[in-house]
Amino acid sequence: MSSAAPKILVTTTEVTDVTPMIKRFRFAAADGGPLPSFSGGAHVIVEMHDGSVLRRNPYSLMSPPSQTSSYTISVRRDDAGRGGSRFLHREVGPGSTLTISRPVNLFPIDWRARKHLLIAGGIGITPFLAQMTQLLAAATPFELHYAVRSREQGAYVDELEELYGDRVSVYCGDRGTRVPVDDLVADQPLGTHLSVCGPTGMMEWVLSTARAAGWPEHALHHERFLAPASGKPYVVTLALSKLSVPVSEQQSMLEAIEAAGVPAPYMCRGGACGECETTVLACDGTMLHNDVFLSAEERASGTKIMPCVSRFEGRSLVLQR
Amino acid sequence: MAIQFKDETFRDDFTFSNSPAAIRRFPFPFHEDRYMYAVNIEPHAPGPAGTAYEHPIDVDEHYVAEMRDRALVLAEDPLRCQSLPHMTLAGWDVLELLMEAQAGSYPDHFTLERDGDRWHWINRPLGIDDTFTFGDHSTLLYGPMEYITRQSQGDFVIVDQRDGQLWMDAGMVTTQADWSLDFDIGMNFMEWHGPVPLAHELGVFDRALKFLLNIRQGAPVRRLNWTMTIHPRLDTSPENYHRWGPDRTAVTPDTVGDLVHLRVELQSFWRLPRSNAIVFPIRCYLISMNELVTIPKWARRLHRVLDTLPQELADYKGLSRYRADTVEWLSRFDDGAPTSPGFFPD
Amino acid sequence: MLVKGIKSRPVYATLAARPGRAHLFVAGGEGAAAILDLAAIAPRSMWADARIVHVPGASAGQEFGRQLAGLGVRSYDERPTITAALPLLRDWLDGARMGTQLYLAGTEVLIGRAMQVALDAGVDHSAIQAEHRGSLARRVQCVHCKGITEDVRTQPVRCASCGLMLLVRDHYSRRYGAFMGVNIDAEDPGDVPPIEEPFA
Repeated sequence: MSSAAPKILVTTTEVTDVTPMIKRFRFAAADGGPLPSFSGGAHVIVEMHDGSVLRRNPYSLMSPPSQTSSYTISVRRDDAGRGGSRFLHREVGPGSTLTISRPVNLFPIDWRARKHLLIAGGIGITPFLAQMTQLLAAATPFELHYAVRSREQGAYVDELEELYGDRVSVYCGDRGTRVPVDDLVADQPLGTHLSVCGPTGMMEWVLSTARAAGWPEHALHHERFLAPASGKPYVVTLALSKLSVPVSEQQSMLEAIEAAGVPAPYMCRGGACGECETTVLACDGTMLHNDVFLSAEERASGTKIMPCVSRFEGRSLVLQR
Repeated sequence: MAIQFKDETFRDDFTFSNSPAAIRRFPFPFHEDRYMYAVNIEPHAPGPAGTAYEHPIDVDEHYVAEMRDRALVLAEDPLRCQSLPHMTLAGWDVLELLMEAQAGSYPDHFTLERDGDRWHWINRPLGIDDTFTFGDHSTLLYGPMEYITRQSQGDFVIVDQRDGQLWMDAGMVTTQADWSLDFDIGMNFMEWHGPVPLAHELGVFDRALKFLLNIRQGAPVRRLNWTMTIHPRLDTSPENYHRWGPDRTAVTPDTVGDLVHLRVELQSFWRLPRSNAIVFPIRCYLISMNELVTIPKWARRLHRVLDTLPQELADYKGLSRYRADTVEWLSRFDDGAPTSPGFFPD
Repeated sequence: MLVKGIKSRPVYATLAARPGRAHLFVAGGEGAAAILDLAAIAPRSMWADARIVHVPGASAGQEFGRQLAGLGVRSYDERPTITAALPLLRDWLDGARMGTQLYLAGTEVLIGRAMQVALDAGVDHSAIQAEHRGSLARRVQCVHCKGITEDVRTQPVRCASCGLMLLVRDHYSRRYGAFMGVNIDAEDPGDVPPIEEPFA
């Protein structure tokens, strides 16, 4: 079953330079009504018509969930990426209309936690901005440890210190300070939950340190979307639609299927939620699984693939679409 | 279009009955002449006018009487309504959902005025007129989930979504078909479904869980569940089983029409915005055999469904003792003619 | 005519060493042997950070006690009953930090009761390991009066609080640390199946 929820047409009301690489975009509902409330950690899929390419990228909502007059996202320009962030930076200004999905949350707050230890790296701060407003309102103890390259390049450092006082610790790479993960994970009361969002390497380091210190898996949370990988172009065959669909270097399999006019279910578009799971009918080559959803057994079976982020190399891949 | 609310009981003298209109809008759960488990989930889109599916949250002629019965159950056993400490935010989400739905669909009976966080709620059938601050527990008589579910028909279960599982962490459960909120609260989806026979082997729960984990805001879904009850008794809880269980032995060939009731649950599943939890309304409908056979298609079909039901299902649903008498009684209304596909009366 | 043989009873595993800053053990009767089995394969270094509370029970417990005390643990305590052991567990958990591993070994009753204490203290159930050793005797909660009947070995059993005869189901609540008991003769008063001892 695919997404049945109607999408939302929004108008861009404000674009602000936050740092040299980061812009903040504020959106209001095009019909002037309230936007749906949401849970901190949620993201929306933003649709962008970039010439002939239709992009759909997820961005975390950073505005307070209780504020329904507008949504705010912050986007770091990634010159080496597939072009979504460059498009937003270059093409979207006040008055631009876009279509967004309803909020979806793959990084929710665990409300049982007696304390939240939040660790952010760079643009990974965005989901925590929304979460902290809810934690503050609920009077749940939390600490934010925020690693930035420098104060100038760190988004919202001043605002965070002002809003949350000594709950916030900022670590500037240019001054050689790092988040003291070993010390932090060694000294938390029972019932603390750790959430981390930032570059993949940083998240891996924080999580493996916590696991080695004996933290149980259910107390560790991380924002799990991945951008679709790029790679060599290939062709995928859709058995039910009787189509051969070329997938270009920067295009995901899911995007190519959609561009061919074949409806395919999706939700997160980031390899995490399972909604786009597709049956593989035949494979002569290698599937490059880039998701975090399929189990090792499922990958080994060769019968499933997640087209939103995974790719293929070889002679022939036939999908049940 | 105001509803005429009935004054009737679901215990003691059991004066409950359905008007002819209520009979026709009954959510008959069988679309064919046999029954087997399936993940029978579909989008909870507005259904045909005049059916139980028309509105997102259904309020019918039994509303006032059901709320009165709920209050009696809670007075006897407060453990029927519980919310684990971390579920209060979800409770506010449920309060918003039910108030908006009831006021939106039944403006003659319910009004909701919102001014920022100051809300004004009027429930005319129950004589309630309250102003409160959304999000502030101290301004409501009960916690938000209890407050609103004392004014909404059917049971409500709120599940928290964590660690790739769903956890039953809050609920108002006074019209259940034989399961205990107090015992099951805190269990996950697989654990609380433990007692259901056959379905685990079929992989029904694995598929259902995967689907429910991906439910989105603005896209609720629904399914039907069914069992049978002797007398129109709403409170068929395990807690009171030693009181209502003996009713099953009261059925004789002459009393089937009056005593045996088809009990249908219209279940829906909604993603909640601020908490990311899922609320699961379980709306219970009852119809006696006498009332049901006034719809000829349903009389034929129910006869055939009960006649062919696997024994394990009959045992699990508690029908075994009176199944034979009921099938025999219904057979008088089954001339063997074909039945049209689908649930609705011809 | 109630359904039997349902699928929601807990399943226990074999204790395994996990990384952590503190290792807390609660063992009863033959459960001590589970800890000794673990000691045979676990890294020696973990024992310096371990605490054990042991409810020896029958005489074999004395021998186990000697061996457990000899593991070089941070503390080793004995208590005469589960009830007497739980306050010590509560104390340990009171000052505990994240990274504390909990290991339970013994009867289902010991496991269930220790787990209740741990969950109340904020330990996630994925940080708790449980290995079943010894008797299958259960705690049963009567769904009608909510009373708990201890040390149940028979099927059915009479509720110790309200006197109803109860079918002992396999449906288990972690919160209560007990299995559900439902009136077995509601529909045929007095018609009770012969009493057997499946949970000896």
